[in-house]
Amino acid sequence: MLAYLVRRVLYAIPILIGVNLITFALFFVVNSPDDMARMQLGVKRVTPEAIARWKAERGYDLPLFFNGEANGVATLTRTILFTKSARMFVGDFGRAEDGRDIAREIASRMGPSLAIALPTFVVGLLVSVTFALLLVFFRATYLDFAGVVLCVAMMSISGLFYIIGGQYLVSKLLKLVPISGYDGGVDAWRFLVLPVVIGVIAGIGSSTRWYRTIFLEETGRDYVRTARAKGLSELAVLFRHVLRNALIPILTGVVVVIPLLFMGSLLSESFFGIPGLGSYTIDAINAQDFAVVRAMVFIGSLLYIVGLILTDLSYTLVDPRIRFS
Amino acid sequence: MPFMPVFLWSDVLLWSLLAGTLGLGWLSLRNALLRAAWRRVGRSRTAMASATLLVAFVVVGMLDSLHYRPRLEAQAEPSPTAAQSVSYGVEVLSALDAALRPLRTRHEKTYSEPLATRLYARESIEVDEGGGRIRQVRDFPRLRYGGEHLGGDESRRDGDIALRLLRALLIAALVWAAIAAVSVVALARRNDCSPGDAWSRIWRGDGGFAWDAVLVMLGVLLLLSTAVAMLASGYHVLGTDKVGQDVLYQVLKSVRTALVIGLLTTLLMLPLSIALGVLAGYFRGWVDDLIQYLYTTLSSIPAVLLIAAAVLMMQVLIDTHPQWFATAAERADLRLLALCFILGVTSWTSLCRLIRGETLKLRELEYIQAAQAFGVPDWRIIGRHILPNLMHIVIIALVMDFSSLVLAEALLSYVGIGVDPKMVSFGTMINNARLELAREPVVWWSLSAAFVFMFALVLAANLLADAVRDAFDPRLAEAA
Repeated sequence: MLAYLVRRVLYAIPILIGVNLITFALFFVVNSPDDMARMQLGVKRVTPEAIARWKAERGYDLPLFFNGEANGVATLTRTILFTKSARMFVGDFGRAEDGRDIAREIASRMGPSLAIALPTFVVGLLVSVTFALLLVFFRATYLDFAGVVLCVAMMSISGLFYIIGGQYLVSKLLKLVPISGYDGGVDAWRFLVLPVVIGVIAGIGSSTRWYRTIFLEETGRDYVRTARAKGLSELAVLFRHVLRNALIPILTGVVVVIPLLFMGSLLSESFFGIPGLGSYTIDAINAQDFAVVRAMVFIGSLLYIVGLILTDLSYTLVDPRIRFS
Repeated sequence: MPFMPVFLWSDVLLWSLLAGTLGLGWLSLRNALLRAAWRRVGRSRTAMASATLLVAFVVVGMLDSLHYRPRLEAQAEPSPTAAQSVSYGVEVLSALDAALRPLRTRHEKTYSEPLATRLYARESIEVDEGGGRIRQVRDFPRLRYGGEHLGGDESRRDGDIALRLLRALLIAALVWAAIAAVSVVALARRNDCSPGDAWSRIWRGDGGFAWDAVLVMLGVLLLLSTAVAMLASGYHVLGTDKVGQDVLYQVLKSVRTALVIGLLTTLLMLPLSIALGVLAGYFRGWVDDLIQYLYTTLSSIPAVLLIAAAVLMMQVLIDTHPQWFATAAERADLRLLALCFILGVTSWTSLCRLIRGETLKLRELEYIQAAQAFGVPDWRIIGRHILPNLMHIVIIALVMDFSSLVLAEALLSYVGIGVDPKMVSFGTMINNARLELAREPVVWWSLSAAFVFMFALVLAANLLADAVRDAFDPRLAEAA
């Protein structure tokens, strides 16, 4: 087990290096730092001195891969590849355009992101699994059919409309909660209720339909027939037998996203003005802050890989048949 | 020539995609298994109704993909030498623009409600009271074009609308009856029965094809489109937006953007994912390892972030090289294509994984081993035996991805990493309209129009995709 875990972690390293190289190629090879400087400074103020100063302030004035002017190890370390990309592995993401340290900014913004993403995830999972089990309980009836049609209709609506409509209805017409904003401490719940509810509703359609397919596949199995033959009630069959066995395919899709919850949600954070990582990313995109976007790409991939490893681990927890060697 | 045709990249790709789809459809009809699968799709009522709706969207989108630059009117009397050098406008128009010319050109001042004759908010208007005296009044100003034909008598509006609707109903009923009659006669001739029999067979639902759903959907579409067309000549059917543009025109223009994103993305990524997936599954060994490493790495970057990074870089590239583009439309078009490509790069991995798995399974089958034993070269085995058996996965992927891509476009355009801000799309429409609900009085029509059209498009695509998947997936087809 431990050996397997070590191997998985080791396998993650070349992937992370690959991600790093891709982002490096995207940000520094497709466009030279000169192009980025010209873009950031605007067309009017472009002078060679201004470009040189812009590059020097951000440390983009180094050669890309190999520094012929330095000696020894410095030929490799005094390059953009090393200072901008390789340093990410030790948690050094450099500074944003406004001069703040990106790593510290990310650490302080994870809390609000999690405050929305975690409840949305947990409540959403519970609600859609329950709905899916209900649909399976009423399978091949008009109720089931109506439920599936409702799911398809709900997943055909863009997430933007859920947020815009929800904000309009709850905050503007009914004035139940503030439209947007955030507050530290216990008072935060007033700002969090609406985004969480909207997040849950927006996700119900597709996930309920997916869980329903998984459950339906399980209900055709032999052990379900055995359970029914023993005289168990349908509810007991569904909740005690089908649900447990369906956990394995559900875990594949679910555990992967848990670490990514730290990244927050782009849409709801920017609509509801929550100072999390999602809105940080959007602000960086709009301000064309390349350093922040690069850092977020790296962290996102890191969390995804962690999620993959966690998925493998969770298999051994729910399914005793699986033993890694 | 009164115009100069302009071939945008996305036009060429869309039209070749249409031709390719028709060709592939014809080819797949010759394959017995695929023909049976298409029959199953054809039998499903929801699928056929959705397909009819989608065809209507595609017609709008394809009309919008025939671009040209109109010839500029010569200022002075053309001299014989000047006749040689004709100048064309820089504005690139499409066949749809030409058909919707009144909608495109009749700008109001700002917001107005659907079918309104006046603006949505009061303004100071100067009223000439006669005798040279001018008085300022705060009232809703009269629209320049909405209800223009009514003149001063705005109370006639409701009657006028009812009359137009009635006329639309009549025309739609006539056209529908003609279409129904033609299809009944054609069916009767093919099945060798009387038209009456064919008619009742259509509505009983036997005959192996859901003609009833198609006819009903056609009726609804005809009714809606003639009604809108009748009203649009005198009013702004869906109102106008902030700068006074007709919302109906924008919504119709958005359809093409959605189609391009939904279809071309899959088209662009298809060759890559098929080639790599087959190679990995067929040759295994280090090729497999390499390709697997490639797609694990790419898929481990969260899609939105990868798209954001790529689009940011593309913006820099486009902004620093303005000399590449002759017109603004070409630049917006290339940006749209680049977006398709970037979306494709982030989404090819899942299809590639599926194809690799299927190829792994296929290469162990007896007929492939027999072919190998006979010494058939690898590329011929792949071409003759493996690729045709991957068709169903490709078809499923094409239809399944469409709706999620259309939704993704709206999201990305909202975030600011989608299509060119000047290009009309559902995303830019929503983005422009998102603050309108906070206005007083509430401006609801832009957002609702975008919502209804997008919902109809995505829902139809989802329903069709479900039917296609059920019909083509061998696991599900056996159970049915």
